[in-house]
Amino acid sequence: MAKEMTCIVCPIGCQLTLEPEGESFAVFGNKCPRGKKYAIEEMIAPKRVITSTVAVDQGMYPVISVKTQAPVPKELIFDVMQDLSSVLMKAPIQVGDVVIKNVQGTGVDVVATRNA
Amino acid sequence: MLKYELVVIGGGPAGLSAAVEAYEQGVRKILILERDKELGGILNQCIHNGFGLHRFKEELTGPEYSLRYIDLVKDTTIETLTDTMVLEISEQKVVRAISAERGYMEIEAKAVVFSMGCRERTRGAIQLQGDRPAGVFTAGTAQRFINMEGYMPGKRVVILGSGDIGLIMARRMTFEGAKVEAVCELMPYSNGLTRNIVQCLDDYDIPLMLSHTIVKVHGKARVEGVTIAKVDENFKPIPESFKRIDCDTVLLSVGLIPENEITQNAGIAVDTRTSGPKVGELRQTEMEGVFACGNVVHVHDLVDFVSEEGALSGKGVAKYLKGELETTPNFSTANSDGIGYVVPQTVNLSNVDDQVTFYMRVRSVYDKHIVRAYQGDTLIAEKKERKFLPAEMVNFKIKKEILANLADGEIRFVVEEV
Ligand SMILES: Cc1cc2nc3c(=O)[nH]c(=O)nc-3n(C[C@H](O)[C@H](O)[C@H](O)COP(=O)(O)OP(=O)(O)OC[C@H]3O[C@@H](n4cnc5c(N)ncnc54)[C@H](O)[C@@H]3O)c2cc1C
Ligand code: SF4
Repeated sequence: MAKEMTCIVCPIGCQLTLEPEGESFAVFGNKCPRGKKYAIEEMIAPKRVITSTVAVDQGMYPVISVKTQAPVPKELIFDVMQDLSSVLMKAPIQVGDVVIKNVQGTGVDVVATRNA
Repeated sequence: MLKYELVVIGGGPAGLSAAVEAYEQGVRKILILERDKELGGILNQCIHNGFGLHRFKEELTGPEYSLRYIDLVKDTTIETLTDTMVLEISEQKVVRAISAERGYMEIEAKAVVFSMGCRERTRGAIQLQGDRPAGVFTAGTAQRFINMEGYMPGKRVVILGSGDIGLIMARRMTFEGAKVEAVCELMPYSNGLTRNIVQCLDDYDIPLMLSHTIVKVHGKARVEGVTIAKVDENFKPIPESFKRIDCDTVLLSVGLIPENEITQNAGIAVDTRTSGPKVGELRQTEMEGVFACGNVVHVHDLVDFVSEEGALSGKGVAKYLKGELETTPNFSTANSDGIGYVVPQTVNLSNVDDQVTFYMRVRSVYDKHIVRAYQGDTLIAEKKERKFLPAEMVNFKIKKEILANLADGEIRFVVEEV
């Protein structure tokens, strides 16, 4: 049974078709290899990059933007958000500075996405 | 009076890219004027990722993307003034601006780039009926509040319009603990990128109600609810379908309008199709030495194309300052069936390196269609896509050698069935 999905890895949003192939899936419609990887992962263990903000002391603004450096399991999104809500950083901060190491035991760090 | 070869108005991705490219092409005295506290434009508040795949082959967040360009600018002698608002430019290209620090300024420029971006349509623009309580925001304002200023605008939300900013805010507010009751979209299709519908609404079971609108806002001091309705094919609300949804916040994501007060006051005509100035292949406007790029010309859905357009205008500026910019166009572009607009509006072939990219938008959703370029009845080129959507800008490249074989005149773009 073929399955349709939209690739969300980049804004092009290719319309993908998946067909079972042995243990895995054959993917059609992807303009680049990342689409194939995404489609298979989405079937087995969906992941998302989380972008949000954390509080910062003495910055230009009261919050700075952050992201998980790699996609994390989708079901952990709200746990990660909970962790982020208790962080208070102190300026100066450089883009790429680690905000939380190994968030929720995923092996993925949360990093700053702007300077402050 | 301050004197510069190039003054760039607006320090968003378009302006930054224009300045960097002009610098690389040998222009040295460049000044960027930005009214906000920092450079980077609207991207500073777009903290989600997905930017820069075309430009950097990497997936960046908005602030990271603009930082790349800000860093490029820092490596040059380009000067920047933030907290500085441009009021107008004169016919002699004197730029008049004010800043808290320096007061009123007049700056003489040999060339000017307009890169003021766009602004969102508001409640007034769509004549939303009902009470006038607090709690009605444009999606971009809410985005700035949450992502930069650290305020949460509300807890129970209804979003009107399915533009990308609205979709992204549906997810963002869900992350921050709000409940998004619904996204109502007047049209029978969404105005956002498919990927945003999938990852911002479907992921969190937020209903997208197509052919629906808000007919009334309720609440005295603060929003208490809205009445929504299904609309018929003439966009008229169907009374039997009226339904009340309780909420404390309404976000509007109902379109962007290029910011062209300065352009119009300078006497530069604005194209009614794009709401931006008419431009040529290097983004020259009809006023000599004045160029425009980014969302001030037409609303782009991806910033990568904004940077591309910025670079084109930077090239144009360098050519103009060297006296090498040809002015009389060979072609004008026109849109017929199914196409809403085409940018650039004119093309001068001698300014083109190897190809021209025409940006355009289709008027509705087309399956099994093709976009074709014609001169008279002669087919010049065509562009295939699995699907054409109004939300997704079409970029249609035509090689210089193909255009060089044509007689001067009009190039017309059409959507046709296959
Ligand atoms: C709220 C909002 C959210 C968006 N989100 C996304 C998104 O998530 N992804 C995406 O790809 N695109 C998004 N866009 C589209 C986005 O605008 C473009 O991708 C890109 O940022 C446009 O670049 P720009 O340089 O043309 O305009 P902008 O980034 O808007 O920059 C224009 C700059 O000009 C300055 N300016 C304006 N007038 C003056 C003046 N008179 N004097 C001095 N300075 C002035 C402004 O302060 C601003 O910094 C969004 C647009 C808006 C309005
Ligand atoms: S398949 Fe590649 S090009 Fe297509 S949407 Fe996914 S990442 Fe983008």
